[in-house]
Amino acid sequence: MSLSEQQSFSVVGYSQVFLQKLGSAALGFFAAVGRLAQFTGHGVSHCFTPPFFPRLLLRQLIDIGYYSLPVVGLTTLFTGMVLALQSYSGFSRFSAEGAIATVVVLSITRELSPVLAGLMVAGRVGASIAAEIGTMRVTEQIDALTTLSTNPYKYLIAPRLIAGTLMLPVLVLIGDIIGVFGGYIVSIYSLGFIPENYLHKTWEYLERMDVISGLWKAAAFGFIVTLMGCYHGFNSERGAQGVGAATTNAVVSSSILILIFNYFLTQVFFTGK
Amino acid sequence: MAARAKLELRGVYKSFGANHVLKGIDIAVEKGKSLVVIGGSGTGKSVMIKSVLGLISPDKGSIKIDGQETTKLRPPERDAMMRKFGMLFQGGALFDSLPVWENVAFGLIQGHAMDRKQAKDIAIEKLRSVGLSAGVAKLYPAELSGGMQQRVGLARAVAANPEIIFFDEPTTGLDPIMADVINNLIVEASKGLGATTLSITHDMASARKIADNIAMIYKGQIIWHGPAKEIDHSGNEYVDQFIRGRAEGPIKMEV
Repeated sequence: MSLSEQQSFSVVGYSQVFLQKLGSAALGFFAAVGRLAQFTGHGVSHCFTPPFFPRLLLRQLIDIGYYSLPVVGLTTLFTGMVLALQSYSGFSRFSAEGAIATVVVLSITRELSPVLAGLMVAGRVGASIAAEIGTMRVTEQIDALTTLSTNPYKYLIAPRLIAGTLMLPVLVLIGDIIGVFGGYIVSIYSLGFIPENYLHKTWEYLERMDVISGLWKAAAFGFIVTLMGCYHGFNSERGAQGVGAATTNAVVSSSILILIFNYFLTQVFFTGK
Repeated sequence: MAARAKLELRGVYKSFGANHVLKGIDIAVEKGKSLVVIGGSGTGKSVMIKSVLGLISPDKGSIKIDGQETTKLRPPERDAMMRKFGMLFQGGALFDSLPVWENVAFGLIQGHAMDRKQAKDIAIEKLRSVGLSAGVAKLYPAELSGGMQQRVGLARAVAANPEIIFFDEPTTGLDPIMADVINNLIVEASKGLGATTLSITHDMASARKIADNIAMIYKGQIIWHGPAKEIDHSGNEYVDQFIRGRAEGPIKMEV
């Protein structure tokens, strides 16, 4: 075989390998999307069909809601404070300091509180759900549930999906108040604003939709975080490494999905498209 | 005429991708009898038992319980079938988040809709029957030794007085004395209930103790099946190598 024939053969060979890998990756991606869609369908359908487990739901509401309050509260408090400082340093260049209160309240309610709360809960709750369910998978506890006439989707998945979807809006509403309060503290005690004027500006341009859109986003993010935690835990591979990978995948996938869905939800709420 | 089998597998196949795990399993267990399936790691024992339990769907073949085909049951029928079963998992598979008594009473509360107080009383009674005091009932699984966890698993498996009990490697990881204690408890519990049992193990001491009949699985097929007392004279070189634990013989370990 001549040199040119060898070169042409190797190019064809590399192209085939590349196309095979590309095809394999595409098939893997679509299979994963299909599995996730099927899991989501099962999980959601079991949220609405008996038997229900109110004790488990209550425990999840407390775990996801109450115990996430400190981390969400601290995150939004300091975000509100930094936002006030940054806005002041920027707006003072063109004498627009009066807009700080409005910028703080709109930024917090529309974007920062839901997104940051979602990301923090993804780290705290999503990881914990994936680790717990993943450990149950590798120690055969999920199989044991089935043999004890209990559907794992109803017992493990549905209470977490419901609790995540319900509690994140509550956390975000509290985060909104704390975040705005953070901006207020910095503006009054550090930047010298008059409290009455600041509060007046806070309310003046705030519309109901600004808060409500943030709460809808929070509900979507709560669903995403718990869904990803449950999905990756439920499909965890064997061993400690499998559970570790499930935990990492749950946090990474839910964080990315939160940022992607945030864009699309913002587009729907504020441009109507 | 032979008695109708309580549990019957015919031509059961299961593959995971290119890995053909079960290649036509044929076994039957008569009512009230104990069948132990022996075999090395990776021969298909766990997949077989999970197929019977409905945790895995076989690709082909028939699995009958009391003459009823179970491979195509709908969820409500499967739930009803599950109430006939008890299962002791390898390592117990106890629920970490629940105290011992609630682990034992779980099937009664969830599967049989029993009142929690009544279920707790039964759970404590079942714990006593496997040699555990009422004081253990309020502990969590993480506070128990491996042997105690296995006893709790056994109490959970028999709590609802099942007709068929499955044992998955019940003595793996236990010291020989504790393993014998568990074997005795398995025999007592099964005979006491008159239950049919299907066990999988590679522990020959356990197999000899709890089996009426023994079958050997190798590369996804049953290669020998007979009364437990005949296992030493099976005339099958694979069985001989396995029960004597010899490295030399027709079974080659992949190392």
